[in-house]
Amino acid sequence: MIELNSLTKRFGSPSTGILAVDGVTLKVDKGEVLGFLGPNGAGKSTTMKMVTGFLTPTSGSASVCGHDVVKAPIAVKERIGYLPEGAPAYPDMTPESFLSFCAQVRKMGDRAEARIAHVVERVQLSGVLRQPIETLSKGFKRRVGLAQAILHDPEVLILDEPTDGLDPNQKHEVRALIREMAGKKAIVLSTHILEEVEAVCTRAIIIARGRVIADGTPAQLAARSRVHNAVTIAVRGADKDQMVGELKRITGVRDVDHARQDNGLCRATAIAKHGHTIAGEVSALVKARGWGLEELRVEHGRLDEVFRDITQSK
Amino acid sequence: MQGWYPIFKRELAGYFVTPVAYIFIVIFLLLAGVFTFQLGRLFERGQADLRPFFDFLPWLYLFLIPAVSMRLWAEERRGGTIELLLTLPVSQWGAVLGKFLAAWAFTGLALVLTFPLWITVNYLGDPDNGVIVGSYIGGLLMAGGFLAIGSCVSAATKSQVIAFVISLMICLGFLLAGFSPVLDFFKGWAPSWLIEAVSSFSFLSRFDGLGKGVVTLRDLVFFGSLIGVFLYGAGIVIEMKKAE
Repeated sequence: MIELNSLTKRFGSPSTGILAVDGVTLKVDKGEVLGFLGPNGAGKSTTMKMVTGFLTPTSGSASVCGHDVVKAPIAVKERIGYLPEGAPAYPDMTPESFLSFCAQVRKMGDRAEARIAHVVERVQLSGVLRQPIETLSKGFKRRVGLAQAILHDPEVLILDEPTDGLDPNQKHEVRALIREMAGKKAIVLSTHILEEVEAVCTRAIIIARGRVIADGTPAQLAARSRVHNAVTIAVRGADKDQMVGELKRITGVRDVDHARQDNGLCRATAIAKHGHTIAGEVSALVKARGWGLEELRVEHGRLDEVFRDITQSK
Repeated sequence: MQGWYPIFKRELAGYFVTPVAYIFIVIFLLLAGVFTFQLGRLFERGQADLRPFFDFLPWLYLFLIPAVSMRLWAEERRGGTIELLLTLPVSQWGAVLGKFLAAWAFTGLALVLTFPLWITVNYLGDPDNGVIVGSYIGGLLMAGGFLAIGSCVSAATKSQVIAFVISLMICLGFLLAGFSPVLDFFKGWAPSWLIEAVSSFSFLSRFDGLGKGVVTLRDLVFFGSLIGVFLYGAGIVIEMKKAE
């Protein structure tokens, strides 16, 4: 539903300007929830602004539901629901008048009233419908922005940092809403909260210095982590150095980290070689030596570590 | 032009949800009254016409119109709502035109509310109402010209204060284009055709003709193309400044 082809945006002159987005090519299908990750200034927002038709690409192309964003901007904008960064809305208006303005611009006609009632219930805005938006809390302002984005039941949803600055309960609500809508739409959301990607996204893309540097399911990305499949154990009745030595002898183990002993409890983390699972061997070893097992935990890898590794390299 | 009408409606309603509209209208009417009766000596002149009012109108507009136009785009840019507005299915020209027309309708309303002046002179004497209608049309056209200039300047900045001051300077330039402060600036180095061209841009000389009640096609074309050029400029500036 969304197709980007060598999409490039340069700010300023060709020689001294900043290359904000550098040849991004990707495709998002219906049913996907794509998490757009990257450090600040990586080009996430700029890419989204080009897809939504706000900024004009310097080169390359973007299309939404088969319509080119430069040649048919109105057709694209009709099919997109967009929550810009910070959820801007007219401060003097009330959520009610603001949503009805959006419905008029989108030529919703008779459908407007029912749809507004629907989205108001969906994002729980009914209590503040007649208050000026400038008097609302951050959480409510974000909900107004979300309501505006889903008002016309768009095929494509683009959300720029939808949960930024919200409290944990509000984050949970927004994520639940996104999960509910997934499946029927193509959803792209940018974030730098990695737990969010694991919570709602079916696919994650990491972007740095304007380029896509990783693309896969959150689990695939996490599997790039050094600690993917690592096993942490805590046992009684063992000697630390002996335990480390025995762990290192297991074929799938690459290294042993964080070994320490206190009050008779030995702890260590065995790092697996790429593509190996070692939980079975480690637990067999514990049993064979007759150690008293207090804890055994398999790590799945941590996105934040992968993120740091690949965005800081070079 | 897609989407201009909902934007027009929102903008026009927007003037009235805040005190802006009421303050503007009250100040405008108050100053119009002061200029017409105190400084213009409407009663003492003993003539039943609205000359005193229309003589002061350009100077009133010089300060008040930039105050209306300064927020048109600067506010959208500062608040980030420009991104929201221009990612709704509206064309850029629809947005520019919708906002401009709302501001024009609003200043038009303020102008119409000076009708008690018209009633007064009709009560006191037997004025040439054709001349008065012509002058009102001229006033409306001048307001449109100032607003188009203000739209263009407002699109270039996030700061409403800067928008106000620069619009005022440009409007003053247009107002005085036919008079010595501006012409002296060009004299001595510019070719005579340029000086003539500059002086033909003068709002004041043009408004003088309109004040005699003669609305010529040339005046309509002049203000129409002036508005068109500056609104086109506003569109270009918005496009250029989006990235900031």
